[in-house]
Amino acid sequence: MSAVLDHPGDHAHGHAHDHPSGWRRWLYATNHKDIGTMYLWFSFAMLLVGGVNALLLRTELFQPGLQILRPEFFNQLTTMHGLIMVFGAVMPAFVGFANWQVPLMIGASDMAFARLNNFSFWLLPVAASLLIVSYFVPGGATAAGWTLYAPLSVQMGPGMDLAILALHLMGASSIMGSINIITTILNMRAPGMPLMKMPMFCWTWLITAYLLLAVMPVLAGAVTMVLTDRHFGTSFFNAAGGGDPVMYQHIFWFFGHPEVYIMILPAFGIISEVIPTFARKPLFGYSSMVYATASIAILSMIVWAHHMFTTGMPVTGQLFFMYATMLIAVPTGVKIFNWVATMWRGSMTFETPMLFAVGFIFVFAIGGFTGLIMAVAPLDIQIHDTYYIVAHFHYVLVAGSLFALFSGTYYWIPKWTGHMYDERLGKWHFWASMITFNITFFPMHFLGLAGMPRRYADYPMQFADFNAVVTIGAFGFGLSQLIFLWMVIRCIKGGAKASDRVWENAHGLEWTVPSPAPFHTFETPPVVK
Amino acid sequence: MNDRPPAPDTRALNLRMFGRLVVVAVVMFGFGFLLVPLYDRICEVTGLNSLTRADRGAAEFARNTQVDRSRTIVVEFDANGRGAWKFRPEVASLEVHPGELVTVVYDLENTRAAPTAGQAIPSYAPRQSAAYFRKLECFCFRQQELGANETRRFPVVFVVDPKLPKDVNTITLSYTFFEVGGKAAAAAPQPGRGAGRGLGG
Repeated sequence: MSAVLDHPGDHAHGHAHDHPSGWRRWLYATNHKDIGTMYLWFSFAMLLVGGVNALLLRTELFQPGLQILRPEFFNQLTTMHGLIMVFGAVMPAFVGFANWQVPLMIGASDMAFARLNNFSFWLLPVAASLLIVSYFVPGGATAAGWTLYAPLSVQMGPGMDLAILALHLMGASSIMGSINIITTILNMRAPGMPLMKMPMFCWTWLITAYLLLAVMPVLAGAVTMVLTDRHFGTSFFNAAGGGDPVMYQHIFWFFGHPEVYIMILPAFGIISEVIPTFARKPLFGYSSMVYATASIAILSMIVWAHHMFTTGMPVTGQLFFMYATMLIAVPTGVKIFNWVATMWRGSMTFETPMLFAVGFIFVFAIGGFTGLIMAVAPLDIQIHDTYYIVAHFHYVLVAGSLFALFSGTYYWIPKWTGHMYDERLGKWHFWASMITFNITFFPMHFLGLAGMPRRYADYPMQFADFNAVVTIGAFGFGLSQLIFLWMVIRCIKGGAKASDRVWENAHGLEWTVPSPAPFHTFETPPVVK
Repeated sequence: MNDRPPAPDTRALNLRMFGRLVVVAVVMFGFGFLLVPLYDRICEVTGLNSLTRADRGAAEFARNTQVDRSRTIVVEFDANGRGAWKFRPEVASLEVHPGELVTVVYDLENTRAAPTAGQAIPSYAPRQSAAYFRKLECFCFRQQELGANETRRFPVVFVVDPKLPKDVNTITLSYTFFEVGGKAAAAAPQPGRGAGRGLGG
């Protein structure tokens, strides 16, 4: 990997201290760009691992009846697909973007705590190995679902312990990462850049980092309680000892709901950078974007129980969580309208980053609307734990977070590698992803409305046709991502030379440094006018 | 403004902020644990989920309630032992009038040759009948400790609130008797263990 990613130009910017080379460059990396690169490769590898899990699931679900998987193993795959995608792919990918872009965008020379940054990255491969090893322990990996609900999680085999340990490590990594990002953004902005002139991506990450800091420790606490219930005789969630399994759900979702915004707010940030560039207009309603992001973050902390309408809750509670959840549609709507208003009468061109950004708005809006539908408590009780919810969160997580990540990659990869990517491959990647994504996930709405429950290895005959379509779409979507990998490799190896500015109307400090961005940038802070 | 980074200043500022943010993380970790007593307190105040709490007003309620002889409710009794218990009600079901004071007896035997403590958790079907099923006396109000191979008879005294919705004609009272202090592993079979290693089958 290092041979591929070594920037030959780096050594031209000689420095008093030497950089370690070969594997040491990566193991001892303290440079934000190197660490960002590692985060991005790690998350892509995890995307492939999680994707293979998903394709195994879809192969089993191609036809009714049990074909290739035993149900116990199917449950393990469902659980691991969720854990790996959430904690291994999406979250580290955004941290990778933050590492690369935040210092470049605010004119800082590096992240605030470079060694801490190294440590928070290297915890991730350890955690990922624990998760993957857990497939091979007696009883296999945890099969409690990615939410690790008690009482199942209190009863599973040793695979559960490995998953808990992995979550602790990934949580520690995220907490350290967010401390780093908050400190960098608050203390190290270039002179003349007040918070309200900061690029939107940095704003969304600042708010995300605060959310992470507030809720990741709560998740760590929750899984620690599961661990002590399992091994040290406590009874937090163990009904046998007077504990309460529903309490686990409350504590988990106190983390879990802000977590979904942790995975989407930086995506909003990327989209808010891409659209103004390709619409050739400044972002419409900058300050309303900031306030919308902040109110989404605050509201996200008080709506957790809408995941639990079916656990039994007083009507007052249901109404509160229902209305609070619906309220989130307001700031989210502000964002969508601001993006549309930014495009309005802009002179738009549709390079791949813009395609993914516009595609994001379309599909994310669908996911947002189904979310609104499920916020309605009586409706939710009907579609709870069906494929409708699977469709919903894939529309916001795949078409939301992942498409934004793709958009951001195409947008900034010329700055990272110094080469323009192959536009034709990019367009192929977009259209293949967009079409196969919808083939995969749109029919799931109908399956869910018809009552097909999630997390089962088998289903009745009546669901057969849609499931076959979904599986075909899933394979198409999986294969489409190989186009992306091919595009990235080709872009690293060569391609047209990228200019410093790269895009015609790109604004921001990151476009003032050469392409590829040299190893050290902004050693002397730039002055923003 | 100055064009050189005020390096030592920034470093000190960064470290100060690092300290503060670590405190936030530690406090939130503690908050996760604090949620447990917090929820318990909320449930207590709001009367939610008070399965095993003694119903202090029940005796008073039973004295001041008219018996509604025009209505008959079938109450079914169910018992499940988790651990080394033999646990069953002495009658399977009874016909009662709302407002009437009824006593039933459950038999519990500790089949282990050692003293064992346990806790019964009641549940009701249909769920909404729980609020109308007032227990004056129940072994589920506290943990019970039985000596080696001891058998004990536990009375349950209850009254069904006449305000029970008209469409409920049968109430099932089900107790599960859990061993206290045993590990979770003893409480239930383990579905995940020994299964599903690899493809095929």
